Amino acid sequence: MYRRAGSVVRLATPVKAWAQRFALLLLIGVAIALMLLDKADSVVIERARTVVTDAVSPLLEAAARPVTTFNEMTERAAQLVSVAAENATLREQNERLQHWQTVARRLEAENTALRNMLSLAPDPALRFVTARVIGDQGGAFVRSMLVNVGRRQGVARGQAALTGQGLAGRVAEVGAHTARVLLLTDMNSRIPILVGETRDRAMLAGDNTGQPRLLYLEPRVELKVGDRVVTSGHGGVFPPGLPVGQVVSAGKEGVRVQPFVDWGHMEYLRLVDYELPGILRSLEDSKTPGNGR
Amino acid sequence: MKQGLWHRLDIIARSLSPLAITLLLIMLGMIPLQIPNIAPVIPALALIAVYYWAVHRPELMTVWAIFLIGLFHDLLSGGHIGVGILALLLVHIIVDTQRRIFARSSFQALWVLFAPVAAAAMYLMWLLNCLMQGEFLEVGPVLFQYLTTVAAYPCLAWLFAQAQKVLLR
Repeated sequence: MYRRAGSVVRLATPVKAWAQRFALLLLIGVAIALMLLDKADSVVIERARTVVTDAVSPLLEAAARPVTTFNEMTERAAQLVSVAAENATLREQNERLQHWQTVARRLEAENTALRNMLSLAPDPALRFVTARVIGDQGGAFVRSMLVNVGRRQGVARGQAALTGQGLAGRVAEVGAHTARVLLLTDMNSRIPILVGETRDRAMLAGDNTGQPRLLYLEPRVELKVGDRVVTSGHGGVFPPGLPVGQVVSAGKEGVRVQPFVDWGHMEYLRLVDYELPGILRSLEDSKTPGNGR
Repeated sequence: MKQGLWHRLDIIARSLSPLAITLLLIMLGMIPLQIPNIAPVIPALALIAVYYWAVHRPELMTVWAIFLIGLFHDLLSGGHIGVGILALLLVHIIVDTQRRIFARSSFQALWVLFAPVAAAAMYLMWLLNCLMQGEFLEVGPVLFQYLTTVAAYPCLAWLFAQAQKVLLR
C-alpha cells in the first residue's frame, strides 16, 4: 500500500517528523488555551457554538425525520393491538376527568374572586413556543438537547423547557434558529425548587446521573420517598409550581429526585416565556394591551 | 493537463474522506433516537474513528484533522471546549509512539488494543471535566459510555474498512 510513497517518506522523514511534533505541541497548546477561554465564559465561544449548531441543524433535522416516522409507525402498530382495552380505560378516565373539570372551573372562579378581594398582583402571563427536538447529545459529560427554534421565534436564555409530564430543563444557548436546552440532569443545572407538603426550599442540582440531588436543604426538614418537587419561582426565571419530579431516596447520603419527564420519548418541548411584570419589554410588545397589570 | 487537475482533485477528495466520515458520524450520533436511556451511553464515535484511521491511514488522519474533529465535537456537544480535542490528540500520541505494535496487529488484536487506548482517552476526558467543573464527577456514566464504545468498535471498524476499500483502495 505504501510502495509509491516509500522513497519520498524516507527522504522527508526527519523534517516531517519535526514538523509533526511541532504541530502536535502547537495544537495541544491551542486546546488548553481554548479550555481556559471556555472557563472564563467567553462570549466568543458561545457565539462559535451557536454558529456551529445553526449550521448543522438542517442536516440534523432532515436526518431526524425518518427516525421519527419509523418510531411513530412502530408505536401505531403496537397501539392497534391494545386499542379496545385502552378505549375502555379512556372512557372511564374521561368520566372522571369531566368531574374534575367542573371542580376545577368552580375553584378557578372562586380563586379569581378571592384574588380580586385581596387585590393580589396577578401572575404574569405565560407564552409558549413549541419546539421539536433535533439533537440529543449523547455522552457521559453533557446532558443537553438541541431544538429547532431560536432567537427568531422569541426564544431567550433561561426559559423553562417542559414536556407534558413536567420540567425537562432550561434554555442555555440561543442561536438564530436553534437553541440548546440544558437538561435538569446535567451537572451544570441548578434549579430552585419547593419540596414536600411543607414546601421547603432547596436547589435541584444535576450530576449527569438520571436522578439529580437536592442541595441546600435545611437540616431539620424531613422528607419521605414520594414527596413531590415543584419549581419555586425564586429568581424569577421559571414560573412557580411547575412539576419537576418526586423524591426517590432520602437518606444520610443525600436526597435524590426522579424527574417526571420521560427522557426516552422527547420529541417536542414547550419553551415557556415567563413574562415578569416590570421587566423591560420591546416596543412592539408594549403596544399590545397589558394582561390586566 | 486538464485531466491531471481532475485527477489531483479526485485524490484530494478521497484523502479527505476519513475526516468527512468522522465529522458525519459525530452528527449522526446526535440524532434523537427516541430510545429510553440511550443518550447517556451512546458510544464515543469520534474516538473509534480517530483510532481506526490513526492506525490504518495515519497520513490521512493528521493532527490538524484530529484538532478539527475535536473542536467540532466539543462545539456541537455543548461540553467544555478543548476536552475532546486533547483526548483525541492523546489517542494520536499513543498510536503514533507505539506504531510498531499497532501496525502488525490483526483486526481482533486491534480491538483488544483499543480497550486501553479508549480507557486512557475517557479517563483524560473525565479528569479534564472534573478540573473544569471544580468537583469530582460521577464515574458511573463514564464507565458505561466506555463499555459501549469498546463494544461498538468492531462494527464501526468493519464499516471503515469497507469505506477504505471503496474510497482509498
